[in-house]
Amino acid sequence: MPANRTFQVKALSRVEGEGALYVKLDGDRVEHVELNIYEPPRFFESFLRGREIREVPDITARICGICPVAYQMTSCYALENALGVRVTPEIHALRRLLYCGEWIESHSLHIHLLHAPDFLGFESGISMASEHGEAVERGLRLKKIGNQLLSLLGGRAIHPINVTVGGFYRAPNPRDLKGLLPDLEWGLEASVEVLRMVSQFEFPAFEMPYDHVCLRHLQEYPMNHGRVVSSSGLDIPAAEYEQHFQELHCRQSTALHSVKVPEETSYLVGPLSRINHCFEQLSPTARREAEACGISFPSNNNFHSIVARAIEVIDAFEEAIDLVRQYNGKLVESRIDWEPRAGEGFHVTEAPRGLIFHRYRIGDDGLIAEAKIVPPTSQNQGQIEDDLRAFVPTVLSCDDADATRRCEHMIRNYDPCISCATHFLKVEFDRGERP
Amino acid sequence: MSEKPKLAVFKFASCDGCQLSLLDCEDELLAVADAVEIAYFLEARTDQIAGPYDIGLIEGSVTTAHDAERIREIRQQCKFLVTIGACATSGGIQALKNWQDADEFVRSVYATPEYISTLSTSTAIADHVPVDFELRGCPINRHQLLELISSLLRGRRPTTPSYSVCIECKRRMTVCIAVARGVACLGPVTQAGCDALCPAFDRECFGCFGPKETPNVISLTNHYQQQGVDGDHLTRLTRSFNANAPEFKEASDLLSGEPPLADNGDH
Repeated sequence: MPANRTFQVKALSRVEGEGALYVKLDGDRVEHVELNIYEPPRFFESFLRGREIREVPDITARICGICPVAYQMTSCYALENALGVRVTPEIHALRRLLYCGEWIESHSLHIHLLHAPDFLGFESGISMASEHGEAVERGLRLKKIGNQLLSLLGGRAIHPINVTVGGFYRAPNPRDLKGLLPDLEWGLEASVEVLRMVSQFEFPAFEMPYDHVCLRHLQEYPMNHGRVVSSSGLDIPAAEYEQHFQELHCRQSTALHSVKVPEETSYLVGPLSRINHCFEQLSPTARREAEACGISFPSNNNFHSIVARAIEVIDAFEEAIDLVRQYNGKLVESRIDWEPRAGEGFHVTEAPRGLIFHRYRIGDDGLIAEAKIVPPTSQNQGQIEDDLRAFVPTVLSCDDADATRRCEHMIRNYDPCISCATHFLKVEFDRGERP
Repeated sequence: MSEKPKLAVFKFASCDGCQLSLLDCEDELLAVADAVEIAYFLEARTDQIAGPYDIGLIEGSVTTAHDAERIREIRQQCKFLVTIGACATSGGIQALKNWQDADEFVRSVYATPEYISTLSTSTAIADHVPVDFELRGCPINRHQLLELISSLLRGRRPTTPSYSVCIECKRRMTVCIAVARGVACLGPVTQAGCDALCPAFDRECFGCFGPKETPNVISLTNHYQQQGVDGDHLTRLTRSFNANAPEFKEASDLLSGEPPLADNGDH
């Protein structure tokens, strides 16, 4: 093995969006790790300025085709806070049901098509289907049910059109929603099988002293509401988010990269952090199966994130069943009326990939004067690099191709969404001269 | 056919939603993978097979000098090049920067603007290379994507409608929100393909599928103005996900009285 090595992945695969990894080694020492986010920037925060309040959830959805609901929910609640609008419990419930659809769809995609192939030794979900056909087909059907839920509530799965500030343009037809119950019940049982499958995978023994950050709510597993908590002892309302977390801009990235202040340290957001902080709030089946799955939580091994996602899929199905059963379609109004007015509003929700923060200022003209959006992947970027610095020394005995593959696997623990973080991946390994 | 046709999926500036539409064909995905070789698709697989490719699906718009070069190379690799979605077909929502000072945009988002390299415009793929077919939508309709793949496999041209969203509304028997409620709706000038989704949900069409064949956008916006709709609202309505599509651009520029600052790549 040469004294100086480089590993590089010029285009990371099975992630959403475009990035690269570059690792430079001097002997056994990791000299430099760089997560290069070369996805071209799209400047959403700039072109939101001057737009109408009602346009915002339609526009922010376009930040990400995989998790548009996360953007829509966070936008709506933040703007409602600015406008002093309080939505009804029925609208909250439908929004939670919509978010369940996105968690099911996004997690099922990641578990089966993007991440499980790493554990089972395949280069894609499609090639994995040749030997694990039933598992892949089950995963696709789970994903489809999530998408059907999104379509019923949002009009379509990608970039839903039925979400608005104040509620929904049209309340869903109870008969249509209840028609989905048999599929949701199948999904609950099938997702338990998925958890049993993924918890049997072999996990690299790789632990980090993560500062887990997520929302926590005493009555429910966090999606749209809660306080921001961290392993380091933070417990704050959404409005104080910016006092504790700040974005930095690094040379190698079109993503901004968040740190916890004042110490400027990395932190982890996403399913593992949520399970660690909110185990008590899981739905009964999710909690029972999580206790029986053989992985103990809290966990500081982010390879367990695939298990955390599977637990969350169970939770989302079980909650969706309850919400659909409770829905009787007798919404007094599908949306609350409001008038534009100047003001500022913040909100934090839990996207499938983790915490997401939005802040908007509405001007005297009733148009958006300022927008700030902090997606989950830019918050995780610093932590991904910290993980790599600690992980690379554990793969030094592997040849370059194998070491690179293992690093990509580790990055996929984060389900990075580079399209989101661009405002946001390449893997490159340098064991000597940079090419 | 002894060897399966090769399909490649390439991404430019975009949200990933249109390529996700292929993975969203849950019932058909494994059948598609059986009929064509999904040779290059970074989001879905690690092994990427070198070109040339029979079908190239392009998502996203051109916003960097590097991407302007990359699309030329990809064009040479692809026998049949298809743009998928509003970004690739017209420049997407990020084409809003064509009307603003790009440097100012960078400064307002990034603390260290010198780290960012970006063109002043977001332009359609067809502004850079010849395109053989376009799938409209923000996002595309996955049934149209399947129609595209299956028709190309059979050696015929795909059929997608060129008429307006209005036709789909009539077919669904949705009451016209423009006529009945006086809401400014882009349905009459927008290409069908979404099954007139928004009016069926009690809201205006905002033009995800871009201008239909021979639309008269200015006549429509004039009509709405006469009905008392605010001109600035109409500028924003025509200047969103397909802002840079020529017919929408012409209307929004007339309404606002300000053409884009930068060269829009309209050559």
